[in-house]
Amino acid sequence: MHEWALAEGVIATALEAGEKEGLTTIRKISITIGQLQNIKKEVFESALAAVMPASEPRLAGTEISLEIEPVRFRCRPCGNEFSLGDVRGPLDGDQLESIHLIPELAHAFMSCPHCDSPDFEVIRGRGVWIESLEGE
Amino acid sequence: MDPRLVTIGRRLERIGRIVAVTGGKGGVGKSLVATTLALCCAERGLRTGLLDLDLTSPCDHILLGLDKQYPEERFGLEPPEVNGVRFMSVVYFSGPRPAPLRGEDFSNALVELLTITQWGELDLLVIDMPPGISDAALDAARLIPRAEHLVVATGSRVVVETVRRTLELLLQIRTPVLGVVENMSRGDGTRVAELADDHGVPYLGAVPFDPALEEATGDARALAGTEVAGALRRLSERLL
Repeated sequence: MHEWALAEGVIATALEAGEKEGLTTIRKISITIGQLQNIKKEVFESALAAVMPASEPRLAGTEISLEIEPVRFRCRPCGNEFSLGDVRGPLDGDQLESIHLIPELAHAFMSCPHCDSPDFEVIRGRGVWIESLEGE
Repeated sequence: MDPRLVTIGRRLERIGRIVAVTGGKGGVGKSLVATTLALCCAERGLRTGLLDLDLTSPCDHILLGLDKQYPEERFGLEPPEVNGVRFMSVVYFSGPRPAPLRGEDFSNALVELLTITQWGELDLLVIDMPPGISDAALDAARLIPRAEHLVVATGSRVVVETVRRTLELLLQIRTPVLGVVENMSRGDGTRVAELADDHGVPYLGAVPFDPALEEATGDARALAGTEVAGALRRLSERLL
């Protein structure tokens, strides 16, 4: 996922959820990002700063906590579990960029290091979600 | 909380109409209808986008004549203009490689593509839907509830039976249906017209079988001169 799209989504979702919870101030937004998303932390932080509406009092001084969850795959045909570092043949820059934009394209560029099948599942480390909001 | 879902609505909010070209079966010519329809609308001066949602077997880029254009990165990805149509497809990222996606992966890839694409202001977005009534159809109805479905069928009994199921699902989940168009018509549209009539949706007419079509594939100007484009041009003037 693109960092700008992610930042925009995080802020909009936090405001929407905060409204449902009746929060007048959001002190902290905790986000978990799967390693497969290949998000560049510093790009994401500048995107967040840019999309944060200056006129929004609920977000004044909000702290953003970002956790990266390591990715783990399981091959469906042979059951082998593996991580990004186990994949045979390093992915090139274009392939990593494609996976960054659409993580499911891992199935186009990677295969199980044991049996070479592209039919694997991502058992963790995929996606982006807001773990929690803190505020009053 | 999935932050992508809020973003999708924003990405589509400056688009006048969204038409999802769908059908129950592979091979009925959805991609041809979607791509040619988009070209005809752009030719009429409508600001038109085309989104190929056939993530595992994309082919609109071939019909449209995509050369070396690539999306520009600006607060997301801006689709490049290809022969007057703003075009987005997974093919920019997967290239010619097969991308085998199971159900949940397919849904996630579709959400990502909708989230990262900055369409800007459009009069019309044409979506080329993958065949069938599984994830893509359900996701499109869930994520783009205002998409109006244009159902493509052929006169084949096998196709009509499959398209019947598609139509019934779309009506059951209360998705807007523009009507049914008969593709590759050889003159007898009775079966498709009856199908539309049975379900209370408009029969939008026939697109003739055109043996010259293959030669025009990939050449937007040649495609515009085919009988297929003629029929879809008339259809677009009536509907869009």
